[in-house]
Amino acid sequence: MASVNMTEKLPGPIYVFTMPVRIWHWLHALSIGVLIVTGYLIANPLASISGEASDHFLMGNIRFVHFVSAFVFAIGLFVRVYLAIVGNKYARGLFIVPVWRGVYWKRLWHEVKFYALLTRKTGKSIGHNPLAQFAMWIFNVLVAFFMVCTGFALYSQGTGADSWADNLFGWVFVLEASSQTVRMWHLLGMWLMLFFVIIHIYMAIRADFASRQNGVSAMINGWRTFKDDGPRDPQ
Amino acid sequence: MPVHETFYDVMRRHGITRRSFLKFCSLTAAGLGLGPEFVGRIAHALETKPRTPVIWLHGLECTCCTESFIRSGNPLAGDVVLSMISLDYDDTLMAAAGHQAEELLQQTVEKYDGEFILACEGNPPLNEDGMYCIQAGKPYVEKLRYMADHCKAIIAWGSCASWGCVQAARPNPTQATPIHKVILDKPIVKVPGCPPIAEVMTGVITYMLAFDRLPPLDRQGRPKMFYGQRLHDKCYRRPHFDAGQFVEKFDDEGARKGYCLYKVGCKGPTTYNACSTIEWNGGLSWPVKSGHGCLGCAEENFWDKGSFYSSISNLNVTGNVEATANQIGGTLAGAAAIGVAAHAAATVVQKATAKKSQPSEEVSNG
Repeated sequence: MASVNMTEKLPGPIYVFTMPVRIWHWLHALSIGVLIVTGYLIANPLASISGEASDHFLMGNIRFVHFVSAFVFAIGLFVRVYLAIVGNKYARGLFIVPVWRGVYWKRLWHEVKFYALLTRKTGKSIGHNPLAQFAMWIFNVLVAFFMVCTGFALYSQGTGADSWADNLFGWVFVLEASSQTVRMWHLLGMWLMLFFVIIHIYMAIRADFASRQNGVSAMINGWRTFKDDGPRDPQ
Repeated sequence: MPVHETFYDVMRRHGITRRSFLKFCSLTAAGLGLGPEFVGRIAHALETKPRTPVIWLHGLECTCCTESFIRSGNPLAGDVVLSMISLDYDDTLMAAAGHQAEELLQQTVEKYDGEFILACEGNPPLNEDGMYCIQAGKPYVEKLRYMADHCKAIIAWGSCASWGCVQAARPNPTQATPIHKVILDKPIVKVPGCPPIAEVMTGVITYMLAFDRLPPLDRQGRPKMFYGQRLHDKCYRRPHFDAGQFVEKFDDEGARKGYCLYKVGCKGPTTYNACSTIEWNGGLSWPVKSGHGCLGCAEENFWDKGSFYSSISNLNVTGNVEATANQIGGTLAGAAAIGVAAHAAATVVQKATAKKSQPSEEVSNG
């Protein structure tokens, strides 16, 4: 696509999010939710409980749920990379942001103005809008892989030296020798994910009301629908 | 001293019986986490090998490593190790002083070039050409470099030599620098801790002398047998952590019952050391056993992590502003929530005004 027709019209409903991508999305979302809650409780435990230690396993269970969700999150991420390779072209949008295309930046700038409420006109997007795509890449690729690496590095402290987690992720402690600092960066990453989740959910719902296309329903049934027949880019 | 005197000869000379010698060998093998078959090998090595001289240098430090070392919990191990190693130079412990002491360094370099072990306590300050630590009229860093050039291997005693410790805390005016960042061409064993546990020190030195090689090291250069696990992994209060039973304040019921100290800042979950197994002062106690959280003194930068009484550490993002991950992140998430609410309200207003002013021109919001 060397040249882009700025008056291009987009046809009706387009099947964008295939079933595996949608399943991944909701599993990913669920795991993030559980990881944020349990992660917060690991850093800031609940009020102390009394009784015999042998009668309780609260912190142990919280950590167990955190680890299980972490496996769902991490394995899901690798499955998602696979889906990007074998899936339709929209599945690659999460990982490959077309920053080398001038029209991408033009549309992104317009989207910034739209979200800043400086204009009422907005473009149509088949997958993510350019701004959303950029945010997706930052949080669901960059931050997500950061969380996987630091998370499993911290997990390797429990599994011990020469365990698989240590062999695969122990290099994190070469970059940062203090595991306490790695914990703090992992904790900060949790807050970044929460930051993303809040804005993402808001933007998805808002799209249903204030954009030219559907929002939440696209990730439920996979179809992108448009609300008007006008050209893709606002004139 | 004859050159070929062995460790065993020295021990016998010090009145240690063969029975005690073999006991020491078993104890050392157990301390190093080796199987019973190694007892014989240690005994054989000590009986046949000539003593390796050890030069013990002191840079910027507080001498707590030496204090710990000479209090090696097991008197037998302590005595034997002290007489076993040929501690040719240690300006704190030795009788010689001044020119005589400095001559010993020169003699060791001439006699045992490339064969002696350099034990470094403390670190060299590099700022102002090393003028913050002067020994025998010269910057310590020069002495360290000279001796390191001629040694076989280096032991970095304590957190000073391993990581920099308190004198390297921000802003580190003297530019105190750990050994591994000054000496780049010699094998270095880090034995961090402030101070390290006495039995860990004697164990490391015994391993190096008996087996004539470095102990197995982890990624950070610490001996795996003593720094392979966190305090948390072997802590006797760990069941309280897993149960969710924490000391909330130092005078509460949980503190009296010996609950987990994580919430009052124990750094056991991120600190690699042998305190929870070997303990201190001959197995008498250790910080958590005495009711106080671990400070993480064996870990890099433990001195710049903020409060010792919070499980959440400072993140020095800019080097000046101190903030915790929870503060930074909480502000960020809070700002997102407020921003979203404000944006939603503004969107509603925008839509309402759009409908009012241009009811026919509504292209964008079908």
